[in-house]
Formats: sequence, structure tokens, C-alpha cells
Amino acid sequence: MEQELLLWVRGTGLQIAAAVFVIGMVYRMLHILMLGRKKSLAAPRGSEWSGGLRTMWKRSFVTTKLSARGNFTVVAGFIFHIGFFITLFFLTQHIDLFRAVLGLHWPAMPRGVIDMAAVLSIAAMVALLVHRFIDPVKRLLSDYQDYLSWILSFLPLLTGFMLLREIGFEYITLLTMHIASVELLLVIAPFTKLAHMFSTFIARWYNGAVNGFKGIEI
Amino acid sequence: MSLDDISIKVADLHSIGSLDALLNEIASHLTRFIATGETAMIDLKSLPFSPAEYESLRTALGRGEVSARLETIGDSELYETHYSGVWWVTHYNVEGDVIADLIEIAEVPAILHSQPEDVRDGLERLQHTLSQTK
Amino acid sequence: MKEHETLEQRLHEQGVSRRSFLKFCAAMATMMALPPGSATAIAAALAKVKRPSVIWLSFQECTGCTESLTRSHSPTLESMIFDMVSLDYHHTLQAASGFAAEQAREDAMKEFNGKYLLLVDGSIPLKDGGVYSTIAGRTNLDLLEEAAKGAAAIVAVGSCAAFGGIPNANPNPTGAVAVSDIIKDKPIINISGCPPIPAVITGVLAHYLTFGALPALDNLGRPKAFYGETIHDRCYRRPMYEQGKFAKTFDDEGARNGWCLYELGCKGPTTHNACATTKWNGGTGFPIEAGHGCIGCSEPKFWDAGSFYAPLPAPAADVTTVAKAAVIAGAVAAVVAGAIDRGKKTKAQQSREKLTVDDLKGE
Ligand code: SF4
Repeated sequence: MEQELLLWVRGTGLQIAAAVFVIGMVYRMLHILMLGRKKSLAAPRGSEWSGGLRTMWKRSFVTTKLSARGNFTVVAGFIFHIGFFITLFFLTQHIDLFRAVLGLHWPAMPRGVIDMAAVLSIAAMVALLVHRFIDPVKRLLSDYQDYLSWILSFLPLLTGFMLLREIGFEYITLLTMHIASVELLLVIAPFTKLAHMFSTFIARWYNGAVNGFKGIEI
Repeated sequence: MSLDDISIKVADLHSIGSLDALLNEIASHLTRFIATGETAMIDLKSLPFSPAEYESLRTALGRGEVSARLETIGDSELYETHYSGVWWVTHYNVEGDVIADLIEIAEVPAILHSQPEDVRDGLERLQHTLSQTK
Repeated sequence: MKEHETLEQRLHEQGVSRRSFLKFCAAMATMMALPPGSATAIAAALAKVKRPSVIWLSFQECTGCTESLTRSHSPTLESMIFDMVSLDYHHTLQAASGFAAEQAREDAMKEFNGKYLLLVDGSIPLKDGGVYSTIAGRTNLDLLEEAAKGAAAIVAVGSCAAFGGIPNANPNPTGAVAVSDIIKDKPIINISGCPPIPAVITGVLAHYLTFGALPALDNLGRPKAFYGETIHDRCYRRPMYEQGKFAKTFDDEGARNGWCLYELGCKGPTTHNACATTKWNGGTGFPIEAGHGCIGCSEPKFWDAGSFYAPLPAPAADVTTVAKAAVIAGAVAAVVAGAIDRGKKTKAQQSREKLTVDDLKGE
């Protein structure tokens, strides 16, 4: 039974999840891009491209300019994202997966670094959730999608960490749970706020491009 | 290609912790043996030793003064280690494979004792011989 | 056929000393993964048991399991274990053949009805009326059902009998199933592995004899004493795994240094078996010690779980092609949606009424 389940999540389940994720994401991103913007008739005072690209890059870092959103949210959010990114792309086991699917591979990070990134990331997520409950403004702004996104991103991190340490269950059970949680994330992400994993770059580009066009230095 | 072309590396002998754990276990068995006379056995085959660790266990326990050999369904090798009361008992089959590998904490390994059944058998045989020579 | 005598009588007749017997019991305790001190208790129990009748049926199999068993330790020890049972039918090992052989099976089934132990290796084909494997003109299914009726317990030896094994692998042309798929009303013990560790086969027999009952089983019907832990749990390369030291190819520096074989496809983390401690070939070693990852042969469906050389995190099916097709499908969907959007936009623009100066004047 356990072996069959594992086999399913590693095989058919993964195929389904990958198909839904890729179709959904490609569809949504292309769709956004094709909507386009009305051509501006004004004379450009700067380049759209350099402004767009610069913003895409710059917004990846914590700067004082962003603290209007609240320092805590920015810093904790940053820690979570970086931790998530490190565990996703630099754990040996994940690189094995990318190599198998994409044919690409790169050096892994040491286990200690991964462990730390995962712990920080999990802690940041918990803190952010608590803050969302406590802060009246945030609580008012939150809808079910925010909580769904939180759960969907939290489960892979948690099960992944448990798997590395073999906490609570047997390896095979943990591995099945971990893969299944990722598949859940993949299947739902394109149709919720989680699509920001790609659309955020489009949004930044438009922001930057508009500013660049107007010649605003940011 | 000669044998020398095949690179062979000596695995590093650093302990992964199970050796220390085993020595500690032996020590606690010895303590109990001294206090209560209770004997104990440790099955080495159930422990995940690398070949290197197994060798370091041999080195750690060393060899003491007594050794014995059984010749029954293959050989058995018994010797007292450097620590009195700690015996290393290895049973082989006829082909020389190890079939049981034990550390025994006792005055004398149990299997060295003459077995009552065998003693009775022996007595019978002896009496039989005597009755014939009468 | 006479009622079987006790093991002690039998050994005594053969001039086996008590000390030899004790040594044998010590080996048994090791084999059964019991506490080593239990040798004396085993000796006491074994001395009294009557040798049970054993019927061994071989179905869709490669004889590897029998090969494994007959290579269990030395001929002497193995013969002693075999001395503990009366193997009344095994069509590869018995001397009789043809009608005489089948007669022996029927006699044993009648004589020891309700008491004999039934050992099965190989899977049972069900497709097309079971024609893919027959013995003496009878299908495996027929033979199994008949023999199971009078059995005290059934031991499924090997992954084929336990889980269907290789015959059951995709696309399973013969409709092969495991013993437990057919027999539901008897205690079944699965000794999986391809082949199982010989000491495990004999260890389970010894347990049955010593305690007169089957050992504790896991949720797949396997004896916990041997299948309670994974290869990974007991692997001597485990520290390498924890430190992230992985061999990348079979002949790189890491492989030569004995690093963990995870990335070379080792299935040790998801495989329950005793290889890492009981070992093979009289305790010489086991696959990982020889530098090859575990292939997971004691688990159900091991043959369908993707390549033996693909690491565990790699997908067990082709995801790359699916993803490529998905990119195209997503793009097409987006283009279609975009075209519809544009259509709507144009239509909206056209249907918009132009505001003229006159309109403003009219206000
Ligand atoms: S070689 Fe296999 S069983 Fe051993 S530690 Fe590595 S993954 Fe686990």
C-alpha cells in the first residue's frame, strides 16, 4: 500500500501535477502579457526596458523604500522567500529531481545551510501567520486565499524538514507526504495568488517600464 | 592491466559512534556481572558495523590469556579479551562462514561447560566399555 | 507414513552432541534476531517439538528462492534446519518424480490435514483460466486452493509469492497475483525478497517450530524481526548520507571512498529488509557493501518503481514530455483566450457611441 502510494505520487500523480501546473502557469502568464497596454502617445523620456529590468531585479531586495509596508512583514517575508528558494534549489535531493526532469544540474549546498534555511523559513512563516491574525489591518485584508496559500506553501516545507530528519513517521511515509504536498501546491498555485511566483516579475516589469518611460529614476 | 592499476583505498577508521556505544554497553554489563553475577551476551551480527569498525572493535578489546576451540558442526573460536570476563565467541560452520558472532560476559562461556546430557551419555558409554572389559 | 519424532530424538540418533545443538541454537537466535541469551530457551523448546510436515509448491518462479535456501550456510547447518521439518513435497528437491511425487503431496495433505506448513514460491497466473503455469496438468490456482485448505499456515517465500513480483510487473501478461490475493482465510507470512535472505527463510521456520506460532508481522505480512527496519536505518554508509557525501558515478572518488549511493539510485530508505545486518553469502556482505545501491526487491511493485539507477526523488514516470506538451497546451489556450479578449475589445469599441459636440450642447 505504502509503496503503491509512493509510486503513484512519483509517477502518475507527478505527471498530473506537472501538467496542470505548466498549462495553468503558461496560460495565465501569456494571457496577462497578451492583454498588453495601450500604446502611450507621449514622447518617451527614458527607456522602458532598462527601467523594467532594473525594477525586476531591485525589488528582490529589502530596501528602506519598501518599509512603508511595515518592516516586520518585509523582513519576515524576505527570510521566508530566501529560505524557501535555498531549500528548493540547493538541496541535493531536489537537484536530483531537476536533473531528472530538466537535464540541468548545479552544485548543492551543505546540509547545515539547508537545515538553517528551512528552519528560518518555517519560523518566518509561523510568525507571519501570527502577525496576520494579530494585526487588525492585515486581518481585515485577508481572505481565504491567503490562508490557503499559507497552508500550501507551509506543508512542503514542514514535511520536507521532517523527511530530512526522519521525524514522526517512517521515511517512506514522509517522502510520500512531502511529494503529495508539493503536488497539491503545483495543482492549485496557478489559479490562486500563488501565481505571483511568476506574475510578480511581470508586474515589476510593468511598474519599472512605466517609470522608465516617464524618465523617473528609481 | 595489472592488479596495481586497480586503486584500493583504505577506508578511514573514524568511528561513527556505534563502537563507543558498544564499549559502554559492555562496561555496564560487566558492572552488573560483578554486582549480581548476571551474565550477558551481545550479538555482533545485529549491529551495523563497517568492516573497519569491526576491526577497531577487535583492537579495542584485545586478546587476553585464555582461548579455546570447539570442533562441532564446524569450528568455534572462543577467547577471553584483554578485559577479564569479556569473551569473544565466534561460531563457524563447516565451510568456515561465521554463523554467530557474540560477546559474552561471564566467567566462562556457557557453551564451554560440559552439558549434563552429554555427561550422562558419556557415563553410559564408559560403563558399557567397563562391562565389556570385565 | 509414521508420526514424526521429536527433533531431540532425531539428533540424538544421529549422534549430534548437546553442545553442537546449543551451538546450533545460538546460530538460530542470531538468525531470528532474538536476544542472544535466548539460545537456551530455544534449545529447550526445539528439543520437544515434533517435526512438522512441510509441503512446498513452486509456481511462476525462477527457482532463485530455492537456490537461496539451499545455499543457506553450510550443508550441515542447513541439513539440521531441514531436519527440523519433514519436507514431504518439493518438486525440485525431492527424489521422486511424476505420479509418485504428486502421490507424496496428496498423502501428506491427508495425513497431516490441518497441521502441515505450506510454503509457496512464485506468483499465481489467473489470466485465461490460469493456463500460463500448470503442474501435472493442473493450474497453480487449483493446486494452491487445494493445498491451502488443510494448511496450518502458509509461508509465501519470495517477492513473487508475497506480492506478485516480476510476473506481476507491468504489463503483467499472465495476470499474476500473490498468494494473499487468493487465500483469505489462513495465516500467511510473507518472506519477500528477490530472493529472500536464506537465513530469513530458515529463521522463520525455526521461529514457527520454537514457538509453535508465526512471528509478529508488519502490515505487509512480513516478520518484523527481519523487516522492521529499512536498509537505510542500518546502513553503514548512513553517516555519509547525513553529511551529504554522495557518490555521483560508480567510479568516482566518492564511490571509491564508500560514500552514500543515494544519487545512484539506492532504494535503501524505502526498503525493509535485513540485508544490512544479516548480510549475504554466509555474512560476507550485502549489495551496498559491494558498491551497488539497494534495488528495493523486498517491497511490492519494486520492478515498476522506475529505474534502479534513478535517485528516489526522480519521477517514476516521464514528466518531461508531459511538461513539454503542457507548455504547448497552455500557450494555445492563452492565444485562444487572447483572441477572444481582442474580439470583445474590438466589439466594445465599435459599439461605443461617439460623443459629439452636439450631444454636449443638448445637455
Ligand atoms: S547507501 Fe542507500 S541505504 Fe545506505 S545510507 Fe545511502 S541511501 Fe541509505
